[in-house]
Amino acid sequence: MSFFEEVKEEAPLSVHGHSIKVAEVLQDGDALTFLIVSQKLSGTGEYHVDRTYEDFEWLQQNLFNQEDVPGIQGVIFPPLPAKAQMNTTPKATRQLGFLGLEEFKPYCAALENFLHQVAAHNLLRKNKALEIFLTSSDPPGRQKARRNIFNRLSQAVEEMRKEGHKDVDEFFQTKRDVNLSITGCIKNTVDKFLDLVQTEQKIAVACGHFATALHLCVESDDDPDKAAFTKICVRLSDVFESMKNSMASVAENDVSTLGLGLDLQSRYREAEKEMLFRRTCKLVELETALKNAEKAKPVKKAALEEVKKTVETEFNHVCKVAKQEIEHFEDARVKMLQQALVKWCEKQLRTAREIAEQYDQHLQAFRAM
Amino acid sequence: MASSSERSPPPFPDAGDAAGRGSDEEDGDDLFSNSSLSETPTVSQPTDDLLTPPGDATAEPTSDRVSSGLGSKTSSDNLMSPPSDVTSDPISSGSESKTPSEPSDEFDDLADNWMTPAASVDAKAGKGASENLLNDEFVDLLGNETEPQSQEGEGESLFAEIADPKQEVKETAPLLDLSSSADLAPNPPSKIIDPLAELFDDPPPAAAQKQSAAADLFEDEGSDLFADPQQIKTANPPQKSLFGEPDEDLFGEPLGAKKKPAAEDPRDEPLADKSASNDSGKASRERKHDDIFAADAGDPGDSSRLNSRTNGVHVDESTDIFAEATVELSLDSPQSERKKAAAPAAAAAVGKPSTSAATSVAKSQTAMLEELEEEEESELEDKFDITISITDPEKIGDGMTAYMAYKVSTQTTLSMFRNKTFTVRRRFSDFLGLYEKLSEKHGPGGVIVPPPPEKSILGMTKVKVGKEDSSSADFVERRRGALERYLQRVVTHPSLIQDPDVREFLERDELPRAVSTQALSGAGFLKMINKATDAVSKMTIKMNESDVWFEEKLQEVESADQQFRKLHALVESLVLHRKELSINTASFAKSTAMLGSAEDNTALSRALSQLAEVEDKMEQVHQDQAANDTFGFAELIADFIRLLGAVRGSFDHRMKAWQRWQDAQSTLQKKREAEAKLQWANKPDKLQLAKEEIAEWEAKVTQFERDFDRVSATVRKEVLRFEKEKARNFKKQIVKYLENLLKSQQQLIKYWEAFLPEAKAIA
Repeated sequence: MSFFEEVKEEAPLSVHGHSIKVAEVLQDGDALTFLIVSQKLSGTGEYHVDRTYEDFEWLQQNLFNQEDVPGIQGVIFPPLPAKAQMNTTPKATRQLGFLGLEEFKPYCAALENFLHQVAAHNLLRKNKALEIFLTSSDPPGRQKARRNIFNRLSQAVEEMRKEGHKDVDEFFQTKRDVNLSITGCIKNTVDKFLDLVQTEQKIAVACGHFATALHLCVESDDDPDKAAFTKICVRLSDVFESMKNSMASVAENDVSTLGLGLDLQSRYREAEKEMLFRRTCKLVELETALKNAEKAKPVKKAALEEVKKTVETEFNHVCKVAKQEIEHFEDARVKMLQQALVKWCEKQLRTAREIAEQYDQHLQAFRAM
Repeated sequence: MASSSERSPPPFPDAGDAAGRGSDEEDGDDLFSNSSLSETPTVSQPTDDLLTPPGDATAEPTSDRVSSGLGSKTSSDNLMSPPSDVTSDPISSGSESKTPSEPSDEFDDLADNWMTPAASVDAKAGKGASENLLNDEFVDLLGNETEPQSQEGEGESLFAEIADPKQEVKETAPLLDLSSSADLAPNPPSKIIDPLAELFDDPPPAAAQKQSAAADLFEDEGSDLFADPQQIKTANPPQKSLFGEPDEDLFGEPLGAKKKPAAEDPRDEPLADKSASNDSGKASRERKHDDIFAADAGDPGDSSRLNSRTNGVHVDESTDIFAEATVELSLDSPQSERKKAAAPAAAAAVGKPSTSAATSVAKSQTAMLEELEEEEESELEDKFDITISITDPEKIGDGMTAYMAYKVSTQTTLSMFRNKTFTVRRRFSDFLGLYEKLSEKHGPGGVIVPPPPEKSILGMTKVKVGKEDSSSADFVERRRGALERYLQRVVTHPSLIQDPDVREFLERDELPRAVSTQALSGAGFLKMINKATDAVSKMTIKMNESDVWFEEKLQEVESADQQFRKLHALVESLVLHRKELSINTASFAKSTAMLGSAEDNTALSRALSQLAEVEDKMEQVHQDQAANDTFGFAELIADFIRLLGAVRGSFDHRMKAWQRWQDAQSTLQKKREAEAKLQWANKPDKLQLAKEEIAEWEAKVTQFERDFDRVSATVRKEVLRFEKEKARNFKKQIVKYLENLLKSQQQLIKYWEAFLPEAKAIA
């Protein structure tokens, strides 16, 4: 599910990007600690580091803050999942979506995917923070992260004003429109799919309860009719047990393939939206600079021209990177979704066949009774 | 009286014919020809075949009667005529031997009404063997008709029927006769009484045999009936009760009844005589064969009877044959017809035994009979050759007076039905009416009468308002299924299928509107069940249970009830989740479709639209699965919760019988004390009265004790049957459920298989 193909350049990263794994999650009170394992480029041997969610946030902030990289604002940053809440209230679960299910297995998968995306990104992988994150035995993120211009809060406020700003570039205008509509759609789809999965889980639980309750009907009696009924109950209990298992695995299949896929899609759409927004901000900044330069009095003219030029360069960089990123994204996105769909379909098909076989066995057994 | 006289005419002619002909067969033929139109003859022929001993004149008549009884359901006239024929036959025979003319009048009525009475009369006629046979038969008949009720029930039913006949006099002469006789009271009752008395008297031996032979319902009844001489008294009372009151009266007034019967006996006796003459020796032998005899009271005819049984109805045991015949008769005239039918049946039974005895007396072999019976029983399990399907629920009328009508189609090979397939239209209250009738008739005897689904004001209101939403469709379908299962349970019940009301319900085009079902409506119905259970629990405390089995069973039933309720709640929640799944699948499909249309990558867009279609189809699968859960399990369990209520009801009835017995005992105790006081006070005039009272109450106590034993036995048998049915039913249902499950799973596989290439084609 890698969004961006690894670029064959000199790699400051001392580990194989694709070997990064979130191997384990440890729960300590309210905090989750993730064990991250990666293989050394140099040869055999692995790095094992413990990271908390704060470390991930630190990493992401560092990626955001690479102001020395031209056009960094045009990058669609791999989206970091929201912080997992231990007291999983329904609301918190809702926020996490699929990632909150099944004891954070999908959450770990999402984090792992995040690291993969970062390590595979040709601009981001060069950041030292990643190297530190993956290899340093000291947890890096424990100091307060610097707030930066990408602060989401401020963005939310500005969004209202700039979201609708007319773009000068038709390409970006289209992308923004498409992004807007698709983000809504995919969020909706994720929600619905989550409902579906949760209902499947409920059915699995209900089947389990029924199977258990059937055991209550078991009577130890010599009476042949009762014995027959007991046998029926026990068998039926088995049927519901396998129904429960099948539903559970159907739900798991849903989560591990399409669920995660849709979730990632949704978060990436958000990231794309943020990127487009940053670009729009830059655009506004540039337009302001242009205006200022035009209206400027001669005394200030030179300075403003300078500012204008800087902003213009920056904007051009952003646009260039953004275009590349979008193209990458489009490509990777379709591949990713296709993969998710295919895997989903295959898994469900396999499960369905297994279940059908089990049902068939049960049916035969009942008929033979 | 006028009505009776009017009615009586037919009997007279019959009697006269019979007398003139002298031979039973001839009489029977005449009767048939006279009274029964072409229909009855046809019927009689088949029955004759069944009976095998066609050679015997009696056998034929009996068969005719039986057939008529069977057929009677459909056409009261036919039924009526056959009964009269039957009676006439016996009468004629009797008359030959004894003075038929006088009895004949009564006979016609009585005989029509009561085959058994005639038989009993015969028995009285003096031939012990024949009597026994007859009695046995009667017993069987009685037992068959109302296994639980046996004596009382039969008597009551007969009376009730008689009364009905009176009302329905117009319809069938026999009925009229019966009714008229009933009105006239003395004669018919006496006749009835006699037979019963005889039956009872004879029964003891026969009863024993029967018991062994017909371990089932019949045995119990038969044994009870036969067992006690006192029963004779009871028998008489039943007659009385028929007219006026139920069991108690019957018992109390036996004497008078007996007297009357005695007068009538001659008529009966003719039959008995015939049979006796033919079978007397055989009869005695037969009696010896417990099992056979019970079923085959007319042992001589055992073989024939057996055949007839097998031919006729698979359902019942050998005893059942008679019972069936009687039942059918009674069925014919749910009200008035019943009597006639019963009478013909009884007559037929009697005649058969006698004839058979005459012809094949020597053959009476208990072993063979038993074997046959066993075979029949085993066949019964799977061979309830009757299938009910309820289709086409249709809303009739508008607004709040609207109701649902259902098409009730029956498919059967049972010879008690005229056709192999027939269809009637019934509305919901008709089903309730049937239940009410059945539970009234069979409930007190301890039979577990399958309960119909409750009235649902909420559900029906929705239907009435005409909301075409899924919940009202769901409601209608649920109810349709429940009604179908309910009817199927009724017709597979060996004694309920014999009930004339059941037959009428299945066959008759127009059913009189069930009036009193309002009481059964919704909450009222539930309340009734709850009340019954409450009463049971209360009484259990009072009753020091002598039988551990019942105590344990009651506890089992209680806990099973709780378990089933729990299971039901669980399944209902499962169903809810499934429905939710189906809804969620639908909305997922919708959002996928929207995503697909918003998607700018064409390949992906197409795949997503396809996925939306697949999910739409899956929604249907989930919906079906929800329905499968509902109708496969939830409803099945709901059925059993209802049935468990009925089981508790039968325990309740047993408790009531016990109560009655205990009350009688304490009354007797008081009477004795009073007698002692009188004796002490030296008041001879009152002493005599007291002694009579004591005798009366002693009889009652014995009777009630017997009733209690019989009800206990019936309940026990019914509970065992219920358990057997439960296991079978569950298995059947689960297999069906699994089949559906598998089917939907395969459907899912198909959908996935179809979608996989689409997903792969995206790139």
